[in-house]
Amino acid sequence: MLPLNDVSPSKGAGGNPTPRKARYLPAGDRALSVEFGSTISEDLNQRVLQFDNLLRKVCLPGVLETVPSYRALLVYYDPLIIEYEALVEQLRRWETEIAPQVVEPPRRVEIPCCYDPELGFDLTAVGTQHGLTAQDVVRIHSSAQYITYFIGFAPGFPYLGGLPEEIFTPRLVRPRDKIPGGSVGIGGGQCTIYSVESPGGFWILGRTPLRLYDPSASQPVLLRAGDRIRFHPVDRADYEQMYRSVAAGTFRTNIQESV
Amino acid sequence: MSLAVLHAGFQTSVQDLGRYGYLRGGIPPSGPMDRHAFVIANRLVGNEDNAAELECAFLGPRLECQTDTLIAVTGAEVDLRINGKLEVLWTALRIRSGDVIQIGPARNGCWTYLAVSGGIDVPPVLGSRATYSRGSLGGMEGRALKNGDLLPLKANLQGHDSMQGRQILSQYKPSFPAEVEVRVILGPQEDYFTPDGIATFLSGAYKVTHKIDRMGYRLEGPPIAHRTGPDIISDGIPSGGIQVPGDGQPMILLVDRQSTGGYSKIASVISVDIGVVAQAQPGRRIRFRSVTLTEAHRILRQAEAGLVKIIEGQS
Repeated sequence: MLPLNDVSPSKGAGGNPTPRKARYLPAGDRALSVEFGSTISEDLNQRVLQFDNLLRKVCLPGVLETVPSYRALLVYYDPLIIEYEALVEQLRRWETEIAPQVVEPPRRVEIPCCYDPELGFDLTAVGTQHGLTAQDVVRIHSSAQYITYFIGFAPGFPYLGGLPEEIFTPRLVRPRDKIPGGSVGIGGGQCTIYSVESPGGFWILGRTPLRLYDPSASQPVLLRAGDRIRFHPVDRADYEQMYRSVAAGTFRTNIQESV
Repeated sequence: MSLAVLHAGFQTSVQDLGRYGYLRGGIPPSGPMDRHAFVIANRLVGNEDNAAELECAFLGPRLECQTDTLIAVTGAEVDLRINGKLEVLWTALRIRSGDVIQIGPARNGCWTYLAVSGGIDVPPVLGSRATYSRGSLGGMEGRALKNGDLLPLKANLQGHDSMQGRQILSQYKPSFPAEVEVRVILGPQEDYFTPDGIATFLSGAYKVTHKIDRMGYRLEGPPIAHRTGPDIISDGIPSGGIQVPGDGQPMILLVDRQSTGGYSKIASVISVDIGVVAQAQPGRRIRFRSVTLTEAHRILRQAEAGLVKIIEGQS
């Protein structure tokens, strides 16, 4: 357990206006939700991740685990170890001390993606909606950098921000029953990678040979909140080869630990 | 030393108290649907609370025990037979090598627990032996049991003679009324509902549908009205969280729940009552009563303190 002053840098750095105070809401008798705002934005998500990072570093007795999302942090606690009021009081004190320096430098992860129309079966349909060719959609989708807001919904399932507005596409009216694991999809202004086979309403542009969730691995979940993602286009032959080496456990994912 | 699975039953799985710290990766805690019954089964045979047990859903398994040991069966109301002879539930029972244990269909309640002295010895995955079937994690090869499985057991504990026949005090045996009251804490998104919507939720009777599993229970009753719409910006779902989608019908999220979700949450079931929800069979009715957080914590402390006095002859 680190003393707090190791992780709480001096205030006033950066010159940003003081952000709005968070709302603390009970979520049952063993969790509370810290809401930092009510929109989806990178800034708000950064505050969530910074606060999450701080809590993980200080290991407050009674705090069991935390779950970051777009604009809120769910804090699980044991009320037999720490009382709600004491916990909220402590969190409020720390909230004023969050600063950008607290967050670890984001990782950069390259996700190989095969945009073959057989795997990216909605590529043409998405292009048609925007008056673009399939190649345009691939170029636009693979040129952007995405930020992982959080992992949720299913094991290893990332919520990605940063989709270029040119290809914002309303979700499918009728979600599909089965989307294959590894499928890369877009819906509204969001992008995701289906970590496991599941139902879904996103338009599928391609597929990655990587396993975002691998129950046999010592670290089953590949991505984490804060990761910066780029999709690297690969052809079908490379995809098949990568798929085999991922299955054999010999593939090395390109992850850069710091900027 | 093992338990041989002659007939697997329905969705029988190995569970301990759960896997913690991985919700941030979308991996739920898993663990027992009825924590109270689970813990008592372990305590009856002298195990630590977290020792791995079998959880049976509706229809239990038939097992051959390949060692002399002590077992206890708790939870739903079932016929427990050892070598065909009816035995009592909520009791520590002596078993001889070669005995056949059969857990019949649940007459009342849904989930039954079988604890064996020492516990089931499958390898822990991410710090837990709990099975998360949807994610192929933990338990017996990440799945529910199947016929022919051989479940390894830990070494027996000492003192079977003194523990044999131990029971819980009769007032702690659960009843399974057609309608149960479940206590909730409102929020965190009760402001997404109209005052009438909240009143409906707290006064109506909600029937448990057939859409129930370890992820959650869908209920059916008077529709709960939202102010503007059901959708929130997706955030974390606590254990016992009650989501209300656009059709106004509540769903209660349980041990294998998704870590985050985008429907407004009107309330959460207090932890002591989550097992009560879990044991409510399809067709049973649930009424919700709102309590304050302070009350919920007092109830929790009382329940924890009560647990130590629950077994006959123990003080």
